[in-house]
Amino acid sequence: MSAPGDGTAGASHASPGALYDEIREVAAAYPSSRSAIMPALHMAQSRYGWLPPEALREVADALDLTPAYCESVASFYDMYHLEPVGRNEVAVCTNISCALVGAQDVLEAFERELGVHAGETTEDGEFTLTSFECLGGCGWAPIVAVNWRYRENVKADDVPEIVAELRGGARPEGDPEGRADDG
Amino acid sequence: MTDSAVHQVLLAHADERDLTKLSEYEAVGGYRSLRTALGMAGEKIVEELLASGVRGRGGAGFPMGRKASFIPKPGDTPKPIYLTVNADESEPGTFKDRELMLRIPHAVIEGIVITCHAIGANTAFVYLRGEYLEEFEVMKAALEEAQAAGFVGANVAGSETSVTIVVHRGAGAYICGEETALLESLEGKRGQPRSKPPFPAISGVYASPTLINNVETIATVPTVIELGGAKYAELGVENSAGTRLFSLSGNVANGGNYELELGTPLRTLVFDLGGGIPGGRSLKAIIPGGSSVPVLTADEVDTPLDFDAMAAAGTMLGSGAVIVIDDRACMVQLGLRVAQFYMHESCGKCTPCREGTRWMVQILRKLEDGEAEQGELDLLLNVCDRILGNCLCPLGDAAAMPIASYVAKFREEYQRHIDEGRCPFGGESSLAGVMAPVDQHHAHLRGQIEVPIHA
Repeated sequence: MSAPGDGTAGASHASPGALYDEIREVAAAYPSSRSAIMPALHMAQSRYGWLPPEALREVADALDLTPAYCESVASFYDMYHLEPVGRNEVAVCTNISCALVGAQDVLEAFERELGVHAGETTEDGEFTLTSFECLGGCGWAPIVAVNWRYRENVKADDVPEIVAELRGGARPEGDPEGRADDG
Repeated sequence: MTDSAVHQVLLAHADERDLTKLSEYEAVGGYRSLRTALGMAGEKIVEELLASGVRGRGGAGFPMGRKASFIPKPGDTPKPIYLTVNADESEPGTFKDRELMLRIPHAVIEGIVITCHAIGANTAFVYLRGEYLEEFEVMKAALEEAQAAGFVGANVAGSETSVTIVVHRGAGAYICGEETALLESLEGKRGQPRSKPPFPAISGVYASPTLINNVETIATVPTVIELGGAKYAELGVENSAGTRLFSLSGNVANGGNYELELGTPLRTLVFDLGGGIPGGRSLKAIIPGGSSVPVLTADEVDTPLDFDAMAAAGTMLGSGAVIVIDDRACMVQLGLRVAQFYMHESCGKCTPCREGTRWMVQILRKLEDGEAEQGELDLLLNVCDRILGNCLCPLGDAAAMPIASYVAKFREEYQRHIDEGRCPFGGESSLAGVMAPVDQHHAHLRGQIEVPIHA
């Protein structure tokens, strides 16, 4: 399974039709195959790093929908990317529980360390930084989600270390998305 | 500090054992309630749920047994019946369902299978918040174990009952926690609420009868069966039976989830368990049930955490998310950040919510920047009033109620922003400089969105 935001793990690594087959398999768990569009978009994004037109076409083919319909659904949800994103997604919660205990300082520290504003991707394609709505870790605020793995009680001082770790580290631990479970 | 107020019913044994493992969960009596329930008629289970007095733990507080009783009997409908578990926990300040899924996933699964048996459903969907990746993995692993052990699947524990559970990951949309938006999303559409009626009990997912329950509500079901509804109802206070997980956050020493009997005073949670306000600061306000509910002032901290007491205080128990605010917070900044959240999350279907939240943000921005004129507080309240009750789903109300309450309870502070032409905190507020997310999908509209809607 490819990593989120990893543009190199494109479809060329997979055998032709593999995504199609995986989506069909997931769709079989639902009474209506259209319900599989969200897991299918997650799977396509996991493969391509974002949702380029060819990914939307593949999802559409597998579910007998149009690419335009798939885009209309994808554009509703914050976690689907219709533009390329960095290899690492850093989401800093700035909702009230985190904001009350200094999330702004943490976000600004990331902006300084990465040289981008919230909502932007670094030139080397390594990081996309976002300020994010409540991540549900409020008791241990501020919360930063790095590739959807939560870090708790993050202080501005911790930020250089986090960035260095991600810069020097191996590929980010992947979003294992895949599949809806059928039981 | 004392832990005596903590009353672990749902989380019993979770501190001593790793209950994510099936063997550990069974060792403390797990799946025993399922075996009991499989020997009971569905109607009898619904009766126990009614007797338990359990009210929904997601936010609205509707009695669970009554909701289940609205589902047609399998023989009375030609359509399949579905159970949908709302695990799209996104109400700011709330992180309890996450803890339940991470620590007692089998209680959630056991509750699902019992409830499916009770209403005659063969398929259950768990609509899980997209950001909750670890929870997705833990739930999947627990589900695999439960399937292998025969507690989920065909002929559950050797019975005639068969239950399939599908864990469905969302993708970041607060609105999908609203039940009809959740159903739309589950059907593979944009998550925009439906108009009601028909209610989901009659026409839910795939136009079929659908029961929708919050994770915590479902996780309570095995306990209700174990104790019996009447015995469960002895926990808590009148009209608010049982225990709930309260998510404590904000300016408090010991944030986290605390399982308490309903009716426990807010003060006990904030000061005895939460350790009070750190840094020598003083309490200014408390949001008692997630960002959607009206605020309480410091002198209302003795209000009991139950449905009726909160209603009497003009607010709601909501999702049980208690956010503590100390005296460094500017209430206009708080209002602005809360309004920005609802503006971002409004699905855009109903005009009062789509446009009203934008008006709220703009007026609050002017107030904070010291550019608001006399009369704009009343304009803000007027906007709130025009949203309230005028939308298909509760998101508009959820935006208007808290903002109206901040103005009502901290009017003097709001007025000072106008009179002094500046924020009285002068940049020293704990919320100064807080940045709301940029809406990536509508970045191309940003210029239009920022065009002022009034001079």
